[in-house]
Amino acid sequence: MDISLIHINIMPYHASSLPLVKLVNNGKVCAPRIRNLLGDREASITPKQTHPTSLRFSWRISSSFSSATESRPIMEDEMKKMERFDSDSAASLLKELRGTFASGKTKSYEWRVQQLKNMIKMIDDNERAIMEALQQDLAKPRFESFVSEISLTKAACNHALKELKHWMKPEKAKTAITTFPSSAEIVSEPFGIVLIISAWNYPFLLSLDPVVGAIAAGNSVVLKPSEISPATSSLLAKLLEDYLDSSAVRVVEGAVAETTALLEQKWDKILYTGNGKVGRIVMAAAAKHLTPVILELGGKSPVVVDSNVNLKVSARRIAAGKWGCNNGQACIAPDYIITTKAYAPTLIDGLKNILEEFFGKDPLESKDLSRIVNSNHFSRLAKLLDEDKVSGKIVHGGQRDETRLMIAPTILLDVPEDSLIMNEEIFGPLLPIITVDKVEDSFDIIKSRSKPLAAYLFTSSKKLEKEFVENISAGGMLINDTVVHLTNPSLPFGGVGESGIGSYHGKFSFDAFSHKKAVLYRSLYGDAPVRYPPYTPGKLRILRAILDGSIIGAILALIGFGKKKLE
Amino acid sequence: MALAELGLGPLGDSLEELRWTFESGKTRSISWRKAQLQALLNFLRDNEEQILEAIHEDVGKHRVEAFRDEVGVLIKSLTHNLDCLEKWVAPKKTKLPLAFFPATAELLPEPLGLVIIFSSWNFPMSLALEPLIGAISAGNTAVIKPSEISPTCSSFLATVIPRYLDNKAIKVIEGGAAIAAQLLEEKWDKIFFTGSPRVGRIVMSAAAKHLTPVTLELGGKCPVVLDTRFSSSEMEVVVKRIAWGKWGLCNGQSCIGVDYVLVEEKSAFTLIGLLKKAINKFYGKNTKECNDYVRIINEHHFERLHKLIRDPEVANSIVHGGSVDKEKLFIEPTILLNPPLESEIMTEEIFGPFLPIITLKNIQQSAGFIKSRPKPLALYVFTKDETLKKLMISQTSSGSITFNDVAFQFLSDSLPFGGVGQSGMGRYHGKFSFDEFTHEKAVLRRTLLLDLEPRYPPWNDFKLKFIRLLYKYDYFGLLLLLLGLKR
Repeated sequence: MDISLIHINIMPYHASSLPLVKLVNNGKVCAPRIRNLLGDREASITPKQTHPTSLRFSWRISSSFSSATESRPIMEDEMKKMERFDSDSAASLLKELRGTFASGKTKSYEWRVQQLKNMIKMIDDNERAIMEALQQDLAKPRFESFVSEISLTKAACNHALKELKHWMKPEKAKTAITTFPSSAEIVSEPFGIVLIISAWNYPFLLSLDPVVGAIAAGNSVVLKPSEISPATSSLLAKLLEDYLDSSAVRVVEGAVAETTALLEQKWDKILYTGNGKVGRIVMAAAAKHLTPVILELGGKSPVVVDSNVNLKVSARRIAAGKWGCNNGQACIAPDYIITTKAYAPTLIDGLKNILEEFFGKDPLESKDLSRIVNSNHFSRLAKLLDEDKVSGKIVHGGQRDETRLMIAPTILLDVPEDSLIMNEEIFGPLLPIITVDKVEDSFDIIKSRSKPLAAYLFTSSKKLEKEFVENISAGGMLINDTVVHLTNPSLPFGGVGESGIGSYHGKFSFDAFSHKKAVLYRSLYGDAPVRYPPYTPGKLRILRAILDGSIIGAILALIGFGKKKLE
Repeated sequence: MALAELGLGPLGDSLEELRWTFESGKTRSISWRKAQLQALLNFLRDNEEQILEAIHEDVGKHRVEAFRDEVGVLIKSLTHNLDCLEKWVAPKKTKLPLAFFPATAELLPEPLGLVIIFSSWNFPMSLALEPLIGAISAGNTAVIKPSEISPTCSSFLATVIPRYLDNKAIKVIEGGAAIAAQLLEEKWDKIFFTGSPRVGRIVMSAAAKHLTPVTLELGGKCPVVLDTRFSSSEMEVVVKRIAWGKWGLCNGQSCIGVDYVLVEEKSAFTLIGLLKKAINKFYGKNTKECNDYVRIINEHHFERLHKLIRDPEVANSIVHGGSVDKEKLFIEPTILLNPPLESEIMTEEIFGPFLPIITLKNIQQSAGFIKSRPKPLALYVFTKDETLKKLMISQTSSGSITFNDVAFQFLSDSLPFGGVGQSGMGRYHGKFSFDEFTHEKAVLRRTLLLDLEPRYPPWNDFKLKFIRLLYKYDYFGLLLLLLGLKR
């Protein structure tokens, strides 16, 4: 193709200082491999496909590129339109995806498998780039990125690939005498077009893990990654475009305006990961179109520590869940500890020792600790720590470096219940410890608050464990460990009450994105006149027997021997 | 007792009491749940006469129909739940990969808390009590807000239910839109609503404020696809079932009743002839005087329906019936042939005794016809052709599909009942009701005895390799790595 046909418009991006490019081929927007552009502007640019609809594509691109490209002047109105992904662009995107879904392409087993395989290849090919993006967004240690983002996403793909055939099979359902003669099954069918809005703390996993479920169930997907982790967001946009079928799977980057434009559309299912405030907005928007939602929210996940535990292992598992998972910025990270007054000093010592083992004497210098995502969150956390009634309660840590957005693992003892830190999800490296006289007293504290996403208990007492499991409500529950329940595909992951609606992971993801269609096959034989008008007392007698599940009674009634009182 | 007279205070107190009861843990015990289900069974058995009477009073249903669709169905569900409850409440063990060793995992069903059930007037007993059976089985406390459009049943439930069920855990609150709005302001742990998509949207918006999960049982235009390749005796059964699915289920005023029929052009007149015959057989020559024929619920709905057929083009398409009597809220069984597709009768849920027949060149086109409209609650396909069956299952989307019958999916405890898209979200009946009112808590138990070092920082290459193998479940590789034999 003639390269001179390609016009490149450069304009400022509304959310960051990086410029945006738009590629126009003969008046049509096209989607060339942006990598080629970045790598070598002399390289021939081949559009992967052209989009006849008015869809606009935007990429972030290095500014050095702008000076050397052939660009035409940008019209002001066009500039305005390009500034953000608006309702019109969202509507035309949906229209295109509806077309793909209606073609039936995404429903085939082969298509689903191919997409999942492509995703694995995408992850394998780009492991380094993914780690770098996460490093850029969160200073996430490579190891952590590998363990909690890359591997888990890949494991989800592999698990789905292995089980998909089995999941897709219609489930036979029993039929009863009431519908005899018949057979029944439950068929899983895709909802249609689903929207996935993900979060910044695990920007790779929380974006792709739901996408795996949506694809496995045969849906078309739009992913809106979080703008708070921009490097991962743009990497996802590029990778999904390159590796997956872009007629069915799309990424829309952006912030509030773009999300609002997306939420105005009619989706067949929405999965949102984030906080309760936005969760409410998402659900209210979904209500307008009667769209079912899955809300993956957070909450203050408590850890109850009994005094009879193996200190070293317990402290290590708590520390790993708190600071070893994105430095506390995880929805299932331990939020606060409840332990007995007597045991608290021992536990604090144990935690201190482990922290030194994990992150050295000066944790702010550790390469193994994530930073705080941005300055907003840094000042939010600083505010929690600086509250008058809280600042004196620090028993370990407390160091921070605003320029590098680092906060050291910090332990606080006996903060007041009415403090800010005890009334919002901490989502950072601060760990308050609340003390009680008896460990059982912890139940009332947990129950008096909204239901958390996870609840943890460390104990060697079977009795306490039983009581905890029976009395505490939470999305998930883990005894003698933290966080790892998330990695188990045989357990549903999701909240209850304030911590969310719906669940996913493994088969639950498939189910979350499938409508379970009831299918009943009846035969035309054995057509009982009893169901039809005109209605007679005899018919009532037979119905009574059938609905009571009594075959004998039905037969007796049919041959006129029914004894029950009637009319 | 009308809450409008009482104001906010007593309502607040009632809910406070229900929450307190839930907190006390009483409703969680299996014996409590069973006792309540048993009490509900007694309520139905003791009061069968009065219930059938009340339904007749409100909706004009014949007692056999009312028994079949309301009392009988509820007894069936209660018996089923009493039989299965112990199995359902037991925690489910789940499999764990070896990497988790030593650990056990289970799914523990726990009640959501305080739930509210908004029921609808067309099946005033079963749509109020069927969800309640699920709510009780799952161990919740519950409020029922029966429809004010069926006032006799509503006040019957409000007076008699407290005599049978635990009044501290289950309450009936009567009222109209104002009370409903007030109730929706409250924070519930689940809202179960049966009714129209319009109100469904309001309910879900209100629920969003408190992040309350909702089950919406809505309606939609449920089509019948009729492939006429049947023998003539089979055709008679087929048409009888269609006619029954239209006029025999609360006279079309039912969310799973037949809305319209799709048939090939060449068979339309045979179908019309057989339908007339079936109507005659069911209700005799004079439907107006027939006791087995249900009247329209109220004047508002009568007017709504009458307006549908006053559209001149629609009126022209009437091939049978069409007579009305406002005094008696009577509308004759009415068949229409190819009314305009853009007319209201073909864009809105009919919810009444009109049966439009839409003809197609060939029956395969019906999949496209259905796909281009909002997803219905139920789809009925009459055919012997296996290919057509497969096509309909894979090409169309609906809450359920039933082959060769109408409405029977409703009776099956092993099939989920609920809509998709415009026809609703969530599902119930049998175990599905239990699940709908349950949170499945994931519980993983580990021990402190064995601990894998590589899980923890500080990170190094060895740990990375270790985790890599672990995620692949490559236990042999792990062993080699640990023995230092793997690079």
